[in-house]
Amino acid sequence: MITEAVQERETYLNASYGIKSWLLTKDHKRIGLLYLHTITFFFFLGGIFATLIRLELLTPKGSLVSADTYSKLFTLHGVIMIFFFLIPSIPATLGNFFLPMMIGAKDLAFPRINLLSWYLLVIGGCFALYAMLAGGVDTGWTFYVPYSTNYSNTYVIATGLGIFIAGFSSILTGLNFIVTVHRMRAPGMTWFRLPLFVWSNYATALIQVLGTPVIAITLVLLIGERTLHIGIFDPARGGDPVLFQHLFWFYSHPAVYIMVLPALGVISELVSVFSKKPVFGYKVVAFSSVAIAVLGFLVWGHHMFVSGQSVYAGLVFSFLSYFVAIPSAIKVFNWTATLHKGSISYATPMLYAFGFIGLFTVGGLTGLFVACLGVDVHVHDTYFVVAHFHYIMVGGTIMAYLGGLHYWWPKMSGRMYPEGWAKLSALVIYLGFNLTFFPQFILGYLGMPRRYWTYPDEFQVLHVMSTAGASVLAVGYLMPLIYFMWSLRYGPIAGPNPWGATGLEWRTASPPPAHNFEETPIVTTEAYDYAALAAMEEAKVG
Amino acid sequence: MDSHIEVPELQEQFETPAQQKEVSTLGMWIFLVTEVMFFGGLFLAYSVYRRTFATVFGAASNTMDVWLGAANTAVLICSSFTMVLAVRAAQVGSRKALIVFLILTILFGGVFLGIKGIEWDTKFAEHHVPGPTFHLEDVPPGDQGPAQLFFSLYFTMTGLHALHMVIGEGLMLFLLWHAYKGKYTPSYYTPVDIGGLYWHFVDIIWIFLFPLLYLIARHQH
Repeated sequence: MITEAVQERETYLNASYGIKSWLLTKDHKRIGLLYLHTITFFFFLGGIFATLIRLELLTPKGSLVSADTYSKLFTLHGVIMIFFFLIPSIPATLGNFFLPMMIGAKDLAFPRINLLSWYLLVIGGCFALYAMLAGGVDTGWTFYVPYSTNYSNTYVIATGLGIFIAGFSSILTGLNFIVTVHRMRAPGMTWFRLPLFVWSNYATALIQVLGTPVIAITLVLLIGERTLHIGIFDPARGGDPVLFQHLFWFYSHPAVYIMVLPALGVISELVSVFSKKPVFGYKVVAFSSVAIAVLGFLVWGHHMFVSGQSVYAGLVFSFLSYFVAIPSAIKVFNWTATLHKGSISYATPMLYAFGFIGLFTVGGLTGLFVACLGVDVHVHDTYFVVAHFHYIMVGGTIMAYLGGLHYWWPKMSGRMYPEGWAKLSALVIYLGFNLTFFPQFILGYLGMPRRYWTYPDEFQVLHVMSTAGASVLAVGYLMPLIYFMWSLRYGPIAGPNPWGATGLEWRTASPPPAHNFEETPIVTTEAYDYAALAAMEEAKVG
Repeated sequence: MDSHIEVPELQEQFETPAQQKEVSTLGMWIFLVTEVMFFGGLFLAYSVYRRTFATVFGAASNTMDVWLGAANTAVLICSSFTMVLAVRAAQVGSRKALIVFLILTILFGGVFLGIKGIEWDTKFAEHHVPGPTFHLEDVPPGDQGPAQLFFSLYFTMTGLHALHMVIGEGLMLFLLWHAYKGKYTPSYYTPVDIGGLYWHFVDIIWIFLFPLLYLIARHQH
């Protein structure tokens, strides 16, 4: 009887069939899956570049690729990973799929714009792929002038256009999320009943909407400079190359928070569910997301301590950068407090969450090193910086992304992943990550500059350790790719709420029906109210 | 729930027509915020260089045809007025008035772009376009570079503004077509409303561009 019901039930996956029903879908869940496929492709593509970089750095003298090729490798690694994987990663896949469900809505506010934003990412990605295949780009992902405007003989314009177009994808996702959270909440879903994942995606959306247009106009000026020589960044006409850096980092520093804020939201969900306790200090954690978004706009100058900007500006930027540590630390402390006396389970998503908390803390604390004016002069443009931001972006965002993917996989697919393999992959990734990037802190402190193709012999041991770690990491990343696909066919049936979680997304079937809920849910309790959930379950059984 | 059947314009993700209208309006406002940030980068570049090269920027600004600029300002203010009247006409359900005011708005927009075209054309004739043949009279050779910066900013800012005008004209034609088909009623005219928001925004950008590009050194005449 039960199996029959499962087979006949209409879900978002079997509501319609055929390639057209996917490419023209307006269902946020299907669009989330389109994004999932796209960014998975870009993740492994960016990973190939990382592999080549690490192989090249096995030996002190360049023996695998030429210096020019090496510059293209690290540029493409950065461009692909940042603009085509990390920026869309959590918001456009997990956010797209779950944000409307978590607030009890049938869809995002603008379903067609949501589909358009996926197409924009794909079109932008095609420009980047064209640039890659035509001969690459070698400016670094930062596109600093005058190299990018006057000297580089690579495909700067195609890459710039790709990022420009993908930027509009990000803007439209942010716009959609803001309007959805304001106007599409189910009855009773007040602002302070929103799951923290929604709060953090809301804060992210604010940055996407306010920051991304600035990189768009910056890229317009960059392309104008390269094609028409308009002179805005050209000292020969009185233009200022440092103005480019200001405009670039005005977006690109907040972009770090576009990448990490959604991750912080995922961790809040995981820590609560797997210790079966409400998040400690809910409101403070919610506001800390907004605080990070606001402060994030005031600290861009800490990327420019050695650019020749005014030393007084440097002092202010350094001071404000320290401020970001406060809301970040609030989150870490509150997660820890949530664990206290919780009923903790060590399921795979929780292992990723633990990994995240440790690595994010290391990444955050080393952020204080580089925010300090004197220390930054020493470590600027070294592997110390490389290690620092990889701890945030890979150790932080990707750990949380994978944790979230494991957590919500049963809801998305209706099936469980294999727990043993998944735990092993979490462990392999954690160990591989630390072996890859911890030696880079030491390398940078000892003076190894970033973006160099050769290095003195005494650095080789640390570089070999890093490359060995990268191989372990690669294995760790391939494992989920395989067992997630395996689980689609062979995974055990998950049921609507395998984790005993409180979010609205768990009150509907797995996989959900096309309109998410059989009837619009009415919210009567705070987020993470496990007692109310237990009472409700009991009433249902009774 | 019955409202689902009665209102054909209601999209399936919404519960009520009021919710749909609020959503569309908020969406447009947020889009306009992104536009402010987009133009903001250019206004920043303008401020930085005008402060650094105040004298040259003044001299370059004085070569602008202030009368054509003023005429264009007047034309755009008129177009905003007819746009408001168009929204009002949609609100009270007067299809004929809506069509007339949309056509007038489109015409004013066209006049603006025409005058702008004449101004750009003059710049080419006067060698005021940045490039190898650029030359600005009464400015020493050493300051020709910053003078080019002024004109680069002029062309980028007015060019992007004109691009927004062209998109606005397209939107107005879209609204005109639907108004002609009688799609807008007092209970559903959201597209006219948010199209109007966009149009006013583009006008306001010009209200900032006009003094910054045409009027900064008039007192020196």
